[in-house]
Amino acid sequence: MSFGKSLKEGLFTDNPTLVQLIGLCPTLATTTSITNGIGMGLSATAVLICSNVVISLLRKIIPNKVRIAAYITVIAGFVTMVDLLLQAFIPSLSASLGTFIPLIVVNCIILGRAEAFASKNSVGKSAVDGICMGLGFTFALVLMSIVRELLGAGTIGGGAITVFSQPATIMILPAGAFLTLGCIIAVMQKLLKKGE
Amino acid sequence: MLTSILSISLGAILINNFIMSQFLGCCPFFGVSKKIDTAVGMGMAVTFVMGLASAVTWLINTFVLMPLGLGFMQTVAFILVIATLVQFVEMFMMKSLPSLYQALGVFLPLITTNCAVLGVSLQNIQNGYNFIESIVYGITGGLGFTLAIVLFASIRERLDASAECPKCFEGVPLALISASLMAMAFLGFSGMKIW
Repeated sequence: MSFGKSLKEGLFTDNPTLVQLIGLCPTLATTTSITNGIGMGLSATAVLICSNVVISLLRKIIPNKVRIAAYITVIAGFVTMVDLLLQAFIPSLSASLGTFIPLIVVNCIILGRAEAFASKNSVGKSAVDGICMGLGFTFALVLMSIVRELLGAGTIGGGAITVFSQPATIMILPAGAFLTLGCIIAVMQKLLKKGE
Repeated sequence: MLTSILSISLGAILINNFIMSQFLGCCPFFGVSKKIDTAVGMGMAVTFVMGLASAVTWLINTFVLMPLGLGFMQTVAFILVIATLVQFVEMFMMKSLPSLYQALGVFLPLITTNCAVLGVSLQNIQNGYNFIESIVYGITGGLGFTLAIVLFASIRERLDASAECPKCFEGVPLALISASLMAMAFLGFSGMKIW
């Protein structure tokens, strides 16, 4: 499978969040601003790439019966690393994402890719898969956060540019998250149907 | 003591509902909310595991991780404990409580990757709850989850039967928008303060 094809799958036709509908918790919770969305997306992508590579390397050693526990341990190790790195170098991002960084461990996308892809494919392919799926997740988060930040706070890029001064605060509250995701998925379904 | 327990319970069930305002446990919320029966089953299973996991992770954090200075291993330790715990609960139920296993069994493996369970364990430590408060927070958090998922399932049952909407909104998008309206209703609790 070529890189371009898997990139297209990850970003669009098989997007983990918008088409497969997994990993919804961070998508809804952390997209209140574009900075948070990008931070969350890239953290999860980093964990996904590393865990895919390691699990693919270990795929012949891990016994079948305890594979899920082994995958979770590998993933949790990388999540702890990302968590500590963020706390040390980008403390503001770490503070605003809060418990959602350690919760990357239970993000279904990462365990799902480990089980469905990395445990059956070579290291190179698994790394490519990690990059593409991770970017797809980041893309979904950025899309969500652009809509929510623009409508809910009236700004783009964490207050860098103010577009309008009387925003609809409901969009950065939980209700707005469900609403935005619902509309984006509806648009996705429409576009995918047209593509067929 | 009693007031703190009351305010924790009310907070976890209504004001900071796990799904409607913290987005913890959204996967099962959308995954198993098509029928009321299964929603009730899932809710009960989550409540049970959340209470148990709160107790066990609190004990592990206080008596193992903290004395050894291994606070940074929290995530790894907790997720492994939760995974084993769920496995044990499943085996125990299968052997000694077959009727309960029949009702909750299918949901148990799914709970390992439910972020509400890991979330509640981490929040207990962050909020500095003591042992009793942690268990109360775990159980009431689970009850809040049950409340939200059962309400949502009853809305979805009607939606599937009667809703007319544009084709591309059918299914999940419509469910998400209903969830959005529900979240707005839960927003009404956010001003509530006790003591």
